[in-house]
Parts: sequence; C-alpha cells; structure tokens
Amino acid sequence: MLPKLKLAVFILCAIPAGQLAYDAYTGDLGVNPIETITRFTGSWSLIFLLTSLSVTPLRRLTGRNELIKFRRMLGLFAFFYASLHFATYIGLDLFFDFKAIGKDIVKRPYITVGFTAFVIMVPLAITSTAGMIRRLGKRWQKLHRLVYLAAIAGVIHFYWLVKADIRRPAQYGAVLAVLLGFRLVSKWRPVISAKFAFRSGSSNPGIITKDAETSK
Amino acid sequence: MLIKKPADIKSVEITPKELYLNRRQFIAGAAGLAGSAGAALAGFDLFGMPARAQAGEKLPNIKKGPYSTDEKQNSFKDITSYNNFYELGVDKGDPAQNAKYLTTRPWTVSVEGEVKKPKTFDVDEIIKLSPLEERIYRLRCVEAWSMVIPWVGFPLSALIKLVEPTNNAKYIQFVTLQDPKRMPGQKPGIFGNVLDWPYVEGLRMDEAMHPLTILSMGLYGEVLPAQNGAPLRLVVPWKYGFKSIKSIVKVRFVQTQPPTAWNKMQPQEYGFYSNVNPEVDHPRWSQATERRIGEFLRRKTLMFNGYGEQVASMYKGMDLRKYY
Repeated sequence: MLPKLKLAVFILCAIPAGQLAYDAYTGDLGVNPIETITRFTGSWSLIFLLTSLSVTPLRRLTGRNELIKFRRMLGLFAFFYASLHFATYIGLDLFFDFKAIGKDIVKRPYITVGFTAFVIMVPLAITSTAGMIRRLGKRWQKLHRLVYLAAIAGVIHFYWLVKADIRRPAQYGAVLAVLLGFRLVSKWRPVISAKFAFRSGSSNPGIITKDAETSK
Repeated sequence: MLIKKPADIKSVEITPKELYLNRRQFIAGAAGLAGSAGAALAGFDLFGMPARAQAGEKLPNIKKGPYSTDEKQNSFKDITSYNNFYELGVDKGDPAQNAKYLTTRPWTVSVEGEVKKPKTFDVDEIIKLSPLEERIYRLRCVEAWSMVIPWVGFPLSALIKLVEPTNNAKYIQFVTLQDPKRMPGQKPGIFGNVLDWPYVEGLRMDEAMHPLTILSMGLYGEVLPAQNGAPLRLVVPWKYGFKSIKSIVKVRFVQTQPPTAWNKMQPQEYGFYSNVNPEVDHPRWSQATERRIGEFLRRKTLMFNGYGEQVASMYKGMDLRKYY
C-alpha cells in the first residue's frame, strides 16, 4: 500500500514540472518565457518547502504518524524546484554571465537571501538518504533544522523582489508563520502545562513527549 | 531604404492577421473568465458593459513620423498581453483580461493650470488636433525588459501650444482616470491600495515640448487597446515605461515639480526623471542590461534608451545619479 501511495505522491509532486515542460514544448509560456519559468519554479519550490514543513504539524493534529514517510520526498521536491529556479536564473536569465551573477548575489539583497536559501538546501538534500540519517545520528536533526532558515529566507526573497503588490509573498509568509508558530507553541506547551498543571493528563501525553523529542 | 519596406508591409498587411488571432483569443479568454469574474465582481453589471471601446478600429490617415527605429517590432500580441497597468491588475496578463471594464467613451481630458486657454476636451477632439503619425519607439521598462512598439500619435507639443502656457508653467502634471468600476485594480485589497490612486506623472516643460514626446491613441495603426492605456496616453521613449502615463484625464500646468506615483510609493527607487540609464541601478536590480521581449540573450541597455542624441542636451550638467 505504502509504495503505491508514495508513487502517487511522487507523481503529484512532479505534475508542475510536467506542466512546465509541456507548456515549453507547445510554446505556451507567455510573452516572457524566462520570467514565466523563473516565477513558476520559484513558487513551487516555496510551496513544497511549506508543504514539507506542514508534515509535523499534520502528524500531530491527526495522530497519523505515517505521514512522516512523505516528508523527505516533499523536501526533495522543494530542492528540485529550487534547483530549476536557480538554474533558470544562471543559464537562461543571465546566460552564465558569472560576473553579473556574482555582482547580483553580493549587491542585491533579494538575490543574496534567495541564494542563501538555496545554499542551505544543498546539504539538506545531500544528507537526506537513509545512510546519512544513520551516520549523522543526533546531528542530522540539528542540521535539518536549517530548513526553517531556508523557508524564511525563501519568503523574504519573494517579498523583497515584488514592486508593490505584496499579497502573494504575504500569503506564503502567513502560512510559514503558522507552521513555525505551531512548533514554538508545541515546544513550550509541555513546559507551560507542567508549570501550571492545568491540563495534566487531558490530552495525549504519549504524542506530546514524542513530538517534543523529535522537533525541538 | 531596403529596411523601410518590410516595415511598411508589417504594419499594414501582417498585423491585422495577428490582431484577429488575438481577438479570438481574447474572446475565448473572456468567455472562460466570465464565470469567475462575475462572482468576483458581485453586483457589477457585466452584460450592461459595452464592448471594449473601439479597440481594433483602424485609425485614418496615419503618416510616417520621424525618429522611428527600424528594429524588429514586437507583435501585437506581445504588446497587448504583457502590460504593467496596475489599474487593471498587477500581473502582466491582468490588464488584457480586465480591459473590458475600461470603457473609453465618453471621455474628457481637462487641460488646466498655468495656461491662458484652459479647456476640457472631448477625447475625440484631441485626436483630431494634429495629424496622426506612426512612431516606432523602443520601450524600456524599469523591470529590465523592453519592446519595440509602433505607436500612433502626435507630439504633445501640439496640445501644449494650443492652450498657451503662461510663464509660470515649468512642469506638467498628468493624471490617470480614477474609477474603481472601470479600473478594478483601484479597489483596495487587504493591504490597502497597491499605489496611491489616481496615478500621477510629470514632465519638465522642455521634456514635454520635446519632439520625441508624444500623446498616443493608437498602436499598429489601430485604436489603442484599453490595456495599453486607451483612449490617450503619453509616450516618453527615453524614460522608463512608468513615466508614460496611461488613460489620461487631466493635464495640469504647474510651477513646481509635481509628485509622481511611483516616487510617492518608493522614493529611493523611482525618481522624478527616471531617464533610462544603464549606469544607475535600481536599488534592487541592475539596469545595465535588458531582455528584449522575444529575444533569448539580454542586450546592453543604452543611455537614454538610445535617444541620447536627441535628449542628452536637456540634462547637461545634471548629476544623473542624484536626479535619477
């Protein structure tokens, strides 16, 4: 059952890339195709980053711990779209003009922060294999907490590039705030509960302890 | 000479074909959108709206104007489906989709301020003020893309001379229509207005009188589509596109430098002059290069968008870094 489900999720995650390829093939990328590709891949990278960050809260809220099985795939798809995004910028937009690219990264805050987000995602993608998880042990979790930073940097990257209409980046920012806020609350709730002893035994202590361990 | 001929063929014979294609697409798009648009604009009488002005109608007696470039022109589709016109929506494709709301008749333009003969013109009267010319200009957007556009219009100076500015007239302020019903982008969102409506722009008197500066009411030999700023817009080809204000309802002659929309929004990013200048970057991106729509490789941006020979003298001695 799980392999089939995983395959289904994989196909779902690949649909945007497929659509982009199809639109490119049929010449349906609009008047400014490079801009279209850049926007499209950037948006999907952010969407998958946020989706991967929603796995833990969803597990907690639904009690369905098997959701964890999909987190790596979602994270890797975020990295996949970010790579396409970055490659589009390097290869299509600036056509390997590394002098201009270097200048951009140093001089343009929105590119600096976007580049940072991408750089952060590289080691996370590399260490996403089962072998790496085993080898890194406790350090793996520490390292992968960097994904919070990547997501924040990604949203700021989007926010800083828009000219006047901040609605879209604000939407991503709001979702990210909820997802990170959830973690903060669940980190502090056991502490607060213990202190005031309001809810001792009311919720599901098993899950809380487990979560407090896995996501602090 | 050899170059001129293909240009002739292009605007007279090829364009209509493109236009009809585009029109069909527009209708299909509009039909598909009708449902969702109807829901979004609850209470708005979609069926009572006339079709989008007279866009598509041929303009009569257009002569070739001076200063036209012989570079490859962007297609009618490029020019009419990729627009920055926030009054009709913030995404590039929005203005074409929302063009149907912007009815352009009746339409008056009030010319006022420091002039001896202030007057409120009917737009059809303005169109007849001076012989129509085709001006094929480069357009450079501040977002670092560019197009080549065959405008139809005449020098702004024709209108200026008619109303006889006083000696106090040092600048001209232009104002776009403010009407959220016809310009749905002016409806406030959850973060308020995207820009401070109405859109305002301004030129120094010598810039306004410059023969390159035109009032445009057409494109590819036909009435200007709404998404391009119908019924009447400014075209100032050596400045970033946002200076070329669209859908003008007011032209006011003033003594001091008037406020401009983008400058009010982000003063450190958009100056009053906003001359195309590859050496002065926008704080957030480089202006050294641009993507000509339809081309793969970026090209170098030219000083004053390539019109330096005509306009550089107006800015002699000015620090263009300071007066960006």
